[in-house]
Amino acid sequence: MATLEVRDLTFAYNNTRNILENINLTVNDGELVCLLGVSGGGKTTLFNIIAGLLKPQQGRVLIDGEDITGQTGRVSYMLQKDMLLPYRTVEDNIALPLLIKGMNKKEARKIVRGNTERFGIAGREKKYPAQLSGGMRQRAALLRTYLFSADVALLDEPFSALDTITKSAMHRWYLDVMENIKMSTVFITHDVDEAILLSDRILLLGGRPATLTDEIVIDEPKPRSSDFVLTDRFLQYKRRIISKIQAPEA
Amino acid sequence: MSARLRSTISKAAFPVAALVLLFAAWQLICTVGNIPKYMLPSPADVFAAFKADWRLMLSHAKVTLLETFIGLFFGILIGFLMAVVMDRFSVIRKMIYPLVVISQTIPTVAIAPLLVIWMGYQMLPKIVLIILVVFFPITISLLEGFSSVDADTVNLMRSMGASRMQIFRYVKLPNSLGQFFSSLKISVSYAVVSAVVSEWIGGTEGLGCYMTRVRKSFSSDKMFAVIILISVLSLILIWLTTVLQHACMPWEKVNSEQKR
Ligand SMILES: Nc1ncnc2c1ncn2[C@@H]1O[C@H](COP(=O)(O)OP(=O)(O)OP(=O)(O)O)[C@@H](O)[C@H]1O
Ligand SMILES: [Mg+2]
Repeated sequence: MATLEVRDLTFAYNNTRNILENINLTVNDGELVCLLGVSGGGKTTLFNIIAGLLKPQQGRVLIDGEDITGQTGRVSYMLQKDMLLPYRTVEDNIALPLLIKGMNKKEARKIVRGNTERFGIAGREKKYPAQLSGGMRQRAALLRTYLFSADVALLDEPFSALDTITKSAMHRWYLDVMENIKMSTVFITHDVDEAILLSDRILLLGGRPATLTDEIVIDEPKPRSSDFVLTDRFLQYKRRIISKIQAPEA
Repeated sequence: MSARLRSTISKAAFPVAALVLLFAAWQLICTVGNIPKYMLPSPADVFAAFKADWRLMLSHAKVTLLETFIGLFFGILIGFLMAVVMDRFSVIRKMIYPLVVISQTIPTVAIAPLLVIWMGYQMLPKIVLIILVVFFPITISLLEGFSSVDADTVNLMRSMGASRMQIFRYVKLPNSLGQFFSSLKISVSYAVVSAVVSEWIGGTEGLGCYMTRVRKSFSSDKMFAVIILISVLSLILIWLTTVLQHACMPWEKVNSEQKR
């Protein structure tokens, strides 16, 4: 676990117009923060900067106070697509971050197999990603992300490609698994319900260039049951968020 | 009988039938037309020639195959190294790539005699010719495979702190295997033909030399027999390449079955 901070961050691709301006955010130990914003707003760009894949024109990224701006290999990053390599078995996909860290194959597989049960993909270790359902692929990608490092995780729309039923099953599963794994997590989504159900805090990203416009604390005990979405309190949160989301000029 | 075996057999039935018909027609033309053997030997003549001379043919085939394997080995090695270097340094790619393409417009038949003049009548000029023929498709296909990797997959690897070598090993190399094997299948048959062509020009051993000798003695039946032998050898090599491909890419079968 660790604290992630982003300070005064401004970014533009190739010195064109700014995509992100003056972003400040803090994710505390074990907290799950949701980043909610319109399509094309710059959410993935922000993740790429935190992951060290892009360098900001201004500002810094800190983990536990240490400046990691522009450094790769410091946070777990799950990209928008599941990104399982089609030519590796499920277990060898999940083992990838461990192999990259220099662990030998046998040891890495052993660690993977010690975790597949908990992530609900036991028995599928030897299959190829194409043989898995969307939900299972997402679980495998999450386990890979988790095995890289349990400190800070960036999840870019991990469930958005799933159908509604699979998605809500995944939410239940995710709340369950995360109860025991307290990662500091930033989670991107378009889905307001998902954001309220899963997160401790929701940050709204809006405008052009994008800034963080609002913060909504979801002050509900965890673990949350999936019935939470049917309560009045849930609807109050939802109303507040929707009133604050700036619709893009259609 | 498994479904797979049955479908293979039914697929093979058509070309086999066509081949049988072709041979029958050929035999008929020779027998009925009373065509002299040195002009067009009948299938029966060709078979008899092979039966009479197969030991000698196979001992020549051994030499040709040896040249082919050595040439393929170094051709693949050089093609691989060139692709890696050109992928890593774009300056080198820009410098060499056009030259490599231009070099391919030079007909191999034209340089084979030069190679013999420079390197003598032994195996070396034959192997060099095969290398020259083979490395190009290998380089191009690997380069294509290396550079067609998904940018986000590379980003994922980088986010995990992967080094250039690790990205190469875990992403670029497996990504290029499909294209590599497609071009290898073409390369192996080119390699056999190149070995034979360079043996025509100089040397004392190999199927090409055997061809030159039987041509000089107007033994068309033996000529046909050795041509058929050469194409059978090529087919076997292509088949071996396919077997190797399946062994190297076990996911291919699974993924293609999944797509259906
Ligand atoms: N490599 C790039 N070069 C130039 N512009 C880019 C690049 N990647 C993204 N952009 C632009 O930056 C803006 C933000 O894109 P980004 O992918 O960060 O949005 P997003 O919020 O993740 O959207 P979505 O919800 O659709 O995933 C978009 O206008 C996009 O066109
Ligand atoms: Mg995005």
